[in-house]
Amino acid sequence: MKLWEIAHSRTGDKGNISNISVIAYHLKDYDLLKEKVTSQALKRWYGEQVQGEILRYELPQLGALNFVLYDALGGGVTSSTALDKHGKTLGAYLLQMPI
Amino acid sequence: MKKIRIGSGAGYAGDRLEPAIDLMIGGQLDYICFEGLAERTIALAQKNKKADPASGYNELLDYRMAQVLPIASKKKIRVITNMGAANPIGAVNAIAKLAEKSGLKNLKIAAVLGDDISDKIQDYLDFPVMETGRPLYSIRNKIISANAYLGCDGIVAALDQGSDIIITGRVADPSLFLAPMIFEFGWKKTDAIKMGTGTLIGHLLECAGQVTGGYFADPGKKEVPDLWNLGFPYVEIDSSGKGYISKLEGTGGMVTPATCTEQLLYEIHDPKNYITPDCIADFSRVKFNQTDKDRVEFNGATSREATDTFKVSVGYTNGFMGEGQMSYGGANCLQRALLAKKVIEKRLEHLPFTISDLRFDLIGVNSLLDRNKMPEAPNEVRLRVAGKTVSRQEAQRLANEVETLYTNGPAGGGGASKKVDEIISIASVLIPKKDVDIQLMYQTT
Repeated sequence: MKLWEIAHSRTGDKGNISNISVIAYHLKDYDLLKEKVTSQALKRWYGEQVQGEILRYELPQLGALNFVLYDALGGGVTSSTALDKHGKTLGAYLLQMPI
Repeated sequence: MKKIRIGSGAGYAGDRLEPAIDLMIGGQLDYICFEGLAERTIALAQKNKKADPASGYNELLDYRMAQVLPIASKKKIRVITNMGAANPIGAVNAIAKLAEKSGLKNLKIAAVLGDDISDKIQDYLDFPVMETGRPLYSIRNKIISANAYLGCDGIVAALDQGSDIIITGRVADPSLFLAPMIFEFGWKKTDAIKMGTGTLIGHLLECAGQVTGGYFADPGKKEVPDLWNLGFPYVEIDSSGKGYISKLEGTGGMVTPATCTEQLLYEIHDPKNYITPDCIADFSRVKFNQTDKDRVEFNGATSREATDTFKVSVGYTNGFMGEGQMSYGGANCLQRALLAKKVIEKRLEHLPFTISDLRFDLIGVNSLLDRNKMPEAPNEVRLRVAGKTVSRQEAQRLANEVETLYTNGPAGGGGASKKVDEIISIASVLIPKKDVDIQLMYQTT
């Protein structure tokens, strides 16, 4: 199944850093998220888009993971030549990930 | 126990006004805060102010305040906003004029000043830029603005002086909302839980509709009722720090633990260390509890003492960006778009200037995230070419090249567009708080 089936996500940015949350619809799925949606999995999934490291923060009481992706936005909103300079659309790609 | 209600009137510079007005009329608010100052906006505003000293505040300020002032005055709702941008004094003058025109008497309008340190940024050239690690010296000749993210102190002082409308320049978004709690309840900065809770409330409210079901809907999975009529949020909070977030009955959207969790984690990075000028908030143990329809209680926020530095956004000119687009549709459109890309690539190679960060996107295929996969036979595809140049003329040339695909490129290109923008980039530095002198200015109608 796709991550989209069990979790939702919102993406924000600060400079050249992307911040993607992944939130389980049901707390019971949190352990599965924790197991499958790792920093390494994101690094593979996003490929060249993310040049720096990816950190993961865990919020079990909310069934949520918060990812911080460094050097991920081609310079960030104030200097990138990308169409989506904030990278706001990135989180939805993560929800396509098979788990 | 004393309780107040704080509403959110805008989540960004160009946000809708109707939901704010609805909230002011029906929300029994004590305060409404309008957040309207993105990271780069203030640098652009500084440029405008240089061209016209009366400008430099939010372009929608007059439009908004013409509707907000009469209701604020009638319902005794105090208004706090960072829409002063690069010119809070200019904004105060404009609001005073509006108030007088509407016959609103005894309105005290305050400007919070001190965030603009453009005049002394040259003193910090050896400070490292947070984004690059290189000294600020590296961009010294290109700097056009420098604004410190102030905390809630100036706003609290203005409230203490009986101000009805408070206009700031650069203030951290959550601080706009924290200020009335500190003023009303006398919360001490040493009270970790209250500072954390107040900052949490500010963070939940600062993007307005993003916590009431905006930026949330996903058909089939996350259904949001009447999204077209999205209501803006308010928080009711008592002096002990207990409260809930909700929206007006009869408006669209929804407030649930899921909408609150998405907003909680929005752009905060490490939930244990969310640094604001007022404290280092810790949201890592925040919980949400749905107590009624569209009503969510929050708890678990705490904080640590603030750092002794202010973050300063330094705006600098960084060349120009040229962009051109052209669409292809129907039979074999992907191949024609790819040929167009080849043509432009070759053309740009022959230009006598350097283009950096050059991108070729196929909108509908790979413009948002490149998955290295081409679709079989798309119905349409749009080529986008964008790159950076030193001069405006060069950027214009780049954009024009794409347009010339009309008569010189593959068959059937249509809907060309082009644009050229000056790039204003942001470098952040941390400077000692003691170097920043916060001042207040008042006008009474």
